[in-house]
Amino acid sequence: MKKTFTLDEVDCANCAAKMEVAINKIEGVSSATVSFMTQKLTIEADERDFDKILKAAQKAIRKIEPDCRIVID
Amino acid sequence: MRKKDKKQLIKIIISAVALISVALTEHLDLIPKLIYLNGFDLQSLLLYMIPYLIVGGAVLMRAARGILRGQMFDENFLMSIATIGAFAISEYSEAVFVMLFYSVGELFEHVAVNKSRGSIKALLSIRADTAFIENDDGELVEIPCEQIRIGDVICVKPGGKIALDGEIIEGSSSVNTVALTGESLPRDVKEGDTVLSGCVNMQDFIKIRVTKLFGDSTVSKILQLVESSVENKSKSENFITKFARFYTPAVVGAAVLLAVLPPLIIGADSLAVWQNWVGRAMTFLVISCPCALVISVPLSYFGGIGSASSKGILVKGSSYLDALAKCDTVVFDKTGTLTEGNFTVTNIKTKGIDRAKLLSLASSAEKYSTHPISLAIITAANAEICATGHEATEIKEVSGRGVKALVDEKLLLVGNAELMRENNISLPSDILAERGVTVYVAHGGEYLGAITVSDRPKQKATSALAKLRKLGVKRTVMLTGDRAAEAKLTASELGIDEYHAELLPADKVTAIETLLQKSKNGANVAFVGDGINDAPVLARADVGIAMGALGSDAAIEAADVVLMNDDLDRIGDAILLAKKTRRIVIQNIVFALGVKAGVLALGALGLVGLNVAVFADVGVAVIAILNSMRALK
Repeated sequence: MKKTFTLDEVDCANCAAKMEVAINKIEGVSSATVSFMTQKLTIEADERDFDKILKAAQKAIRKIEPDCRIVID
Repeated sequence: MRKKDKKQLIKIIISAVALISVALTEHLDLIPKLIYLNGFDLQSLLLYMIPYLIVGGAVLMRAARGILRGQMFDENFLMSIATIGAFAISEYSEAVFVMLFYSVGELFEHVAVNKSRGSIKALLSIRADTAFIENDDGELVEIPCEQIRIGDVICVKPGGKIALDGEIIEGSSSVNTVALTGESLPRDVKEGDTVLSGCVNMQDFIKIRVTKLFGDSTVSKILQLVESSVENKSKSENFITKFARFYTPAVVGAAVLLAVLPPLIIGADSLAVWQNWVGRAMTFLVISCPCALVISVPLSYFGGIGSASSKGILVKGSSYLDALAKCDTVVFDKTGTLTEGNFTVTNIKTKGIDRAKLLSLASSAEKYSTHPISLAIITAANAEICATGHEATEIKEVSGRGVKALVDEKLLLVGNAELMRENNISLPSDILAERGVTVYVAHGGEYLGAITVSDRPKQKATSALAKLRKLGVKRTVMLTGDRAAEAKLTASELGIDEYHAELLPADKVTAIETLLQKSKNGANVAFVGDGINDAPVLARADVGIAMGALGSDAAIEAADVVLMNDDLDRIGDAILLAKKTRRIVIQNIVFALGVKAGVLALGALGLVGLNVAVFADVGVAVIAILNSMRALK
């Protein structure tokens, strides 16, 4: 299943591209995109793994841009 | 401008003033040199540190935090190393200038990106997030649309946006679909009519029973589609992302080699030679961020998609925008795409009787029929306001032939040639070989005339096709289930290059496949249809374009490009926009890579310094961003 999240404070386009690469490497993610323009993260993965993947994604994002976080609503 | 950006601007101004003052005092020796360290002019260094730290402190901090997280190639880090390096080789003013210019560029980038995000948002601000409902006391209360369920009744004031799809249960008004279709076209609506979210209520207060949840409403679907379009990245975008991953490490690697190898090879023994090569390496570090490309390319595409959607053209991703730009064959479905999709009277021939009378006679016999041809005749008769209303009795349908009736106690025949022949009516020979279906009328054994009913080509079809040709479409093809003679007529009338007639739905897929095989040199085949009956063909073509898709989820689902109204001109508009966007993307890539390569080469030769390098970095990024903002228009 596919879910979209808003990213708060993505400041650099290159970082967005790096985040995309990093999140795609997380186990269980079948595809992920980070859009610098819309400030959106889309992850396609198995429903059961989502919580785990989201945590890993947040960690990966922090590593690239410490002030950036995934908004979960 | 955001608060953060304003703060940064103030820092930049203070730092710039400080830099100028320091440079002046140093140059004119205004302050006596007091601080020395083993003969080294520490005072100069300290003075230049003031403007440097004001503007670059944050960059240094971020770089330090980046190192702790293992992010070696982040731009803060590279900029810090380059400027510290410049300090190390005693180029103080240059180091400060680079940091200053870099910060100006960064600020400009942020402002520009935010601005274009804002304009894209404005383009897409067609959704109302709240709606009014009536509470128990009869007062209107504004509530968020997410809370509204199917079956609830919302009230829309004049001038208000309709927030959710529904059916009018009270009141009548006129609604405008401009936000959805890009074309201002007021439509009268009354009780029982379906209205779509995103339309603006133009006249009177109306009450609507909601038929779809907010998330499923037309306007939300459209917004979702535009937003998720960023997922279908074009080849150019993927290329840039991949390129960026290798570019930075490669340039940094080259910088290290440039600092170390040449001095070793020439066996440098003086500090000056080493300083020279380290200086050249610093220019590399400054240019090593691929920002200009990484921002401007997606920005151009997103601008293009945003601008298209404001014209009622939804593109499901930049890859389709690219595909559109490269179309050289456009295939059309005939009925409903090139033609109006309904029958109208297109020609009337009479013999010794006037038009109105003929229509009146014919419609009197057809009045109980629901066949599309009969309906066309009745509509035409009503339009001509036939004064001589004929009263037909004993109306009988003759299956596959037409209708028989009695008018003024004489036999009236309305039907095809077969019906006439069976009743020994002789027909003139000059009325055959025409498009559509011809209905003959005979009264009292005498032939009175013929009415031709056909599906007319859209008024704009010819001009729209001419426009496509101007945009570089080499071949236009029409697919239809109609008879060959009919197809030929339409094709030649519209100036279509090729037609395939008498096709069953499955044959259309085969026809598209043949065309796909024939297309050469990476040129694309687009298919234009209504998106309802031809979903497999839409899916098979390089670009599937669904027309008149407003309110049809199936069409929106099936197509790559969705035209909200059924205006053929929009196809040309879409291709034009796609070409423009692509041109901007290519300009940006060539310009950014060209300048960077040039400055890298000159930097390696020691011909340009850090000031030029920092322009090649942020200056180019800003120019590329400004260029890509053109795609928004």
